[in-house]
Amino acid sequence: MSSAIQVIPIEWYLLLSTVLFTIGVLGVLFRRNAIIIFMSIELMLNAVNLLLVAFSSFLSDSKGQVFVFFIMAVAAAEVAVGLAILMMVYRNTKSSDINVLNKLKW
Amino acid sequence: MVVFSKNPVHSVLYLVLTFFIIAAHYVLLNAQFLAAVHVIVYAGAIMVLFLFVIMLLNLNKETEPHKSIWLKASAAVASGLLLVVLVGSIKGAATVQSVNAFNPNIGLIENLGKTLFKDFLLPFEVSSVLLLAAMVGAVMLGKKSIK
Repeated sequence: MSSAIQVIPIEWYLLLSTVLFTIGVLGVLFRRNAIIIFMSIELMLNAVNLLLVAFSSFLSDSKGQVFVFFIMAVAAAEVAVGLAILMMVYRNTKSSDINVLNKLKW
Repeated sequence: MVVFSKNPVHSVLYLVLTFFIIAAHYVLLNAQFLAAVHVIVYAGAIMVLFLFVIMLLNLNKETEPHKSIWLKASAAVASGLLLVVLVGSIKGAATVQSVNAFNPNIGLIENLGKTLFKDFLLPFEVSSVLLLAAMVGAVMLGKKSIK
């Protein structure tokens, strides 16, 4: 059984996950809706996951894939807590705009 | 498209599409188990959570907050520069050759389980504690009033 990593050079996966990561950064900077910002963070985590899997397949080492597994667990926990915080913010301010939290700035 | 859709629901659906494409990449990279877990956890659980919250908060185009054009332009410029820097550093890096012989079976559950429970047993247990803490925290935050 062959794999894509034998056909596609690792540099293309590096480029793909760089572009995905940058789109995530753009989303965090571009939007003010807190939910979209959460989704952009998920996108960045997935870019890193994709690169970890690509290198794990490239080096034939399963440790990278185990690491991706842990990142998924952490992302699930982060999303659960983050959305709960978002619900609290919305309940108190009736808005999902992150600028209502500007008292967190110094 | 995740970033630029005005409607948050469309944004979520584009993100689901992106996750399925990433899962297809995992299959291509011989990580079948991770592809299955990715579809179940991300497309199944996390995205449903997002959609649930969006529909619960009743967000749509009208309630969408807007940034000023200058902030948007500076965000685009900053992330474009980040892309240029990252791509430049990747292009400048030396190409590597794989040191190990290619083994197509590392993505299967058997090998992953052996690695997970042999080399990564402590992080595995710690992540279970983390998930428990996240669950308790989410429930506490979601309660109407904390006594």
